Amino acid sequence: MKKFSAAYLIIIFGILYIPIVTMMLFSFNSSSSTANFTGFSFYWYRELFVNSRDVTFNALKNTLILALSSAALATVIGTAAAEGVNRMRSKLAKRLISGVTNIPMMNPDIVTGMSMMLLFVAVTSFIGIKYDDIGFIAMLIAHTTFCIPYVFLSVMPKVKNFSSYLSDAALDLGCTPIQAFFRVELPNIMPGVITGFIMAFTLSLDDFVISYFVGGTTFQTLPLLIYSMTKKKVTPDMYALSTLIIVVIFLLLVITNIRNDKEERKLLRANKNNKGRLIGK
Amino acid sequence: MRSAAAAPHIVWAVLFIVVPLIIVVYYSFTDRSGAFTLDNIKGLGDYTQIFLLSVELALIATIVCFLVGYPLAYIIARQKPKMQKFYIMLLMLPMWTNLLIRTYSLMAIFDDGGFLNTLLGTQFHIIGTKGAVIFGMVYDFLPYMVLPIYTCISKIDPFMWEAASDLGCSPLSVIVKVIFPLSLSGIISGITMVFVPSISTFYISQKLGGGTFELIGDTIERQFASNALNTGAAISFAMMILILISIWIMNKFSDPEEGGIIV
Repeated sequence: MKKFSAAYLIIIFGILYIPIVTMMLFSFNSSSSTANFTGFSFYWYRELFVNSRDVTFNALKNTLILALSSAALATVIGTAAAEGVNRMRSKLAKRLISGVTNIPMMNPDIVTGMSMMLLFVAVTSFIGIKYDDIGFIAMLIAHTTFCIPYVFLSVMPKVKNFSSYLSDAALDLGCTPIQAFFRVELPNIMPGVITGFIMAFTLSLDDFVISYFVGGTTFQTLPLLIYSMTKKKVTPDMYALSTLIIVVIFLLLVITNIRNDKEERKLLRANKNNKGRLIGK
Repeated sequence: MRSAAAAPHIVWAVLFIVVPLIIVVYYSFTDRSGAFTLDNIKGLGDYTQIFLLSVELALIATIVCFLVGYPLAYIIARQKPKMQKFYIMLLMLPMWTNLLIRTYSLMAIFDDGGFLNTLLGTQFHIIGTKGAVIFGMVYDFLPYMVLPIYTCISKIDPFMWEAASDLGCSPLSVIVKVIFPLSLSGIISGITMVFVPSISTFYISQKLGGGTFELIGDTIERQFASNALNTGAAISFAMMILILISIWIMNKFSDPEEGGIIV
């Protein structure tokens, strides 16, 4: 059984990683072939960063700005929503709001994208401006909308677990409701808020389908750039860009994992010390 | 009073979730000039073949994902905690690589003059077959199946295993009679999370289908590209109904409180 498990893991992860490793390999190819490895070179990286530098960096900048702003907006709205919905008395209202919130998560991206595009087309033609004028705004609204449910879902359990007596105590001790929220409740639900933010950020970073429908011609993100590049013949500069993205994500994952491990160990040690003290007494 | 915090979200959800869906319905029932018509809905009959093909491919991909993914989730959940973390990270890393890039690298491998054929010196024709598209769907969406099932299995109390075998279960029947029923909510969300993107994809079928056949996502994308918004809206509307019905049926099988959510 053990041997079977190990073999199964190797086979599945092998299949998952072969395409990625092949792609990384060919990003260092000296010719434009993606089938024959003719020699090691950084040609395609140079191509990416020198010859088409403006396009690449512009798309990267747009992607990051969009991901940060939509994740931040979604985190604020989603956290407030979880807070508010949790305090609602009416079960029907709770259910209705959670149901509507989940729609972008259930619906295929293509329908969400299509529906938002139709909205923006209708609004722009009603006001009488060009679709491209609202490029960034349209993208920001669309990304925030599909990020909110994920924030809502990761904050909700923390809000539910938070004892309202703590807020009451803060109020009794002279906090205004806003102070009570920021000083007492927010630190307690922070892990959920952070998870929600990170999830929203990565989803926005990665989104292609909705951006493809909503985006005009003026605001290009990295996935849209990749799409337009893969429409033409396959060239390894695409591979170079992808390799860089994978390496960056891998490093981020490793760093966050190591940090989490350290924190866990700290917690464990702290717990042990506390126990020692208690027993010592 | 403090429930007022939900107000911005309610306004946002109405403006950007509910209203757009109403507009989709509106476009489905009107023509270019905005006059009421049933032509778009009647015209859906022309796309029956494409609908059926999309459902077929998405279903096969979902079944393969389940057959491959369940054992994987099970094996990962039985590792030591440190190794579990490592394998989950390994599983998520490709998922955080853009879908376009993953699909695209598959295409370069399977192409007629691609890496695989060059390496083996063969002339396999893979791109443009149903198999290639299904493989692409499984490859791209497998983590969505594994993660919720893994979350479910890893939450099962280890004493369950012991209790079941103490009561006379063989290792296999522990899995069938105890673990499987307890991981049902994970399976349901895994199936939904693979089926929905599979049935609506257009990039995978464009790249790995080699333009030889069209899925429902391609049709919507084509209508959109050629500015036939009303037809596109009608097809989106039909697909949405189809998916909402299947999700509703799926949810009948699971406990709504326990819905395994994405990691």
